[in-house]
Amino acid sequence: MRGKQPAMVGERSTGAIIGRIIVYSILIVAALYFLIPFFVMAMTSFKSMNDIRTGNLISLPREFTLDAWAKAWGSACTGINCEGVKGYFWNSVQMVVPAVIISTLIGAINGYVFSKWRFKGSETLFSLLLLGCFIPFQIILLPMSLTLGKLRIAQSVYGLIFVHVVYGIPFTSLFFRNFYVTIPDEIIKAAKVDGAGFFRIFWKIILPVSLPIFVVAIIWQTTQIWNDFLFGVAFSGSDSQPITVALNNLVNTSTGVKEYNVDMAAAIIAGLPTLLVYIVAGKYFLRGLTAGAVKG
Amino acid sequence: MQTNMRNKLHQTGFLHRVENILPKLVVIPTLAVAAIFIYGFIGWTTWISFTDSRLLPKYELVGLKQYFTLFDNFNLFTLETRWSVAVFNLLIFSVLFIAICIIIGLLLAIFLDQRIRGEGFFRTIYLYPMALSFIVTGAAWRWILNPDLGLERLIQQLGFSDFTFRWLVESNMAIYTIVIAAVWQSTGFVLALFLAGLRGIDDSIIKAAKVDGASLPRIYWRIIIPSLRPVFLSAVIILLHLSIKSFDLVMVLTRGGPGYSTDMPATFMYAFAFNRNRLAFGAASAVIMFLAVMAIIIPYLYSELRDTRNAR
Repeated sequence: MRGKQPAMVGERSTGAIIGRIIVYSILIVAALYFLIPFFVMAMTSFKSMNDIRTGNLISLPREFTLDAWAKAWGSACTGINCEGVKGYFWNSVQMVVPAVIISTLIGAINGYVFSKWRFKGSETLFSLLLLGCFIPFQIILLPMSLTLGKLRIAQSVYGLIFVHVVYGIPFTSLFFRNFYVTIPDEIIKAAKVDGAGFFRIFWKIILPVSLPIFVVAIIWQTTQIWNDFLFGVAFSGSDSQPITVALNNLVNTSTGVKEYNVDMAAAIIAGLPTLLVYIVAGKYFLRGLTAGAVKG
Repeated sequence: MQTNMRNKLHQTGFLHRVENILPKLVVIPTLAVAAIFIYGFIGWTTWISFTDSRLLPKYELVGLKQYFTLFDNFNLFTLETRWSVAVFNLLIFSVLFIAICIIIGLLLAIFLDQRIRGEGFFRTIYLYPMALSFIVTGAAWRWILNPDLGLERLIQQLGFSDFTFRWLVESNMAIYTIVIAAVWQSTGFVLALFLAGLRGIDDSIIKAAKVDGASLPRIYWRIIIPSLRPVFLSAVIILLHLSIKSFDLVMVLTRGGPGYSTDMPATFMYAFAFNRNRLAFGAASAVIMFLAVMAIIIPYLYSELRDTRNAR
């Protein structure tokens, strides 16, 4: 990726220096544009309501307080419940962990078949599966809510896990398949000649080199499922709502005095897990993001 | 001895056959799930859209009735029906969202490609909003754009006491607040696409142009940007796809309001299917959304797949 010489190398003339200054200024202004909303969120969450009313968006807290955080976590009202977002945070955790593990494992084995054990029609079937990455989910909302009711997992975390696994598989299958096609077929053929079978080859040859793509798939699925709102709002009950739904309820509550500091603390709590994933493994996050978009 | 040999042959033949169907057995559950939960459900929703279902699904067909109701008095100029408002908003939103994301994303990508010190640092900052949920982004911008204590107050305190900024509660301006938040969230992604495209350009072309005395802006305008055409296409397709599906941001920022002035097809569908007990009508709007997405995605996927096959 970094093989190319930069475009703007050259003599250090006055013009070039001015050019550099302009380029850096623009980049810094852009960085501020992306950072300021988060800065505003953080500052607001550390203020008291009185401080908010007398100050402004970017003023620093006159009195640094974590009251809003405590309230957002433990006692803020999201709709009719006034127990903060902590329960919903754990709902999200309970939903994300199994859904990510199951959809990633299924995707891995699917990708293995669709790249290394192709059969007649498998390419077509794979393309048909891929469509699942692109459908607007409104087209499946009604049948899914009827089906979850029939399966008796409506309005439960299990229902949400099921939905996220089903509609995550097309993505994970795509990730693993695109990764496994880069493994030379000769290695597989040699292993077959030596008498290794389907699962043995997967276990001994494919899995040991799969770590990067597992990281990509797990990160992608984790952020997608954690950040999901549509399935959460359509299929959860009041005690199985994920954090995104709770945050939306909190922000949109119209009863009582609006506490913007509590809203912002809750928003940061809801955003923190995926933000941490991004900071720790940004490279893999980006790879997942662009996997379906650019070839190669 | 002979039977033994034959047995062994028979056995390997059997094992061989198992090995042959094993890959198929392994993907059958996935394919069954896809057949039911993707294709079956698309069919199911389509069926409901041809019925008169209200609170509960009914399966007697009534033809295109719901679609006629949906497009009754459909006019993107007079905007008399809620569906025309939703479609109009989607048009406004997607044009602005796509154009602004691409312009800012491309410019920042070009600037970042100038052998910048701390490039990784800048890139990390530009991209972090992508990791956030639209609900978090929406909550933040809802506060920033707050008509009393938000941006309006800040500018007033800076000395412009007459400054007003109340887009969030103005029915003809509220849609632009959704554009603002969506652009903030998605520009980094477009930037990443363009940066990858720029890194893939063959350097010798640029050098040759330089030798010929072409100025840098001219090289970018005439050579580099035109060669990024496939990236433009990918970016437009992905952003358009995001626009048609946009639901979360609208719900958290404006709930489709004031009134239904910021309704979009996705929120329209949800409102009718889940809140107003008009299943068939909601289903019809979902089918229209689905057809719109497919009209964009299928040609794109087809050309992508064809290109990769040819490249092999």
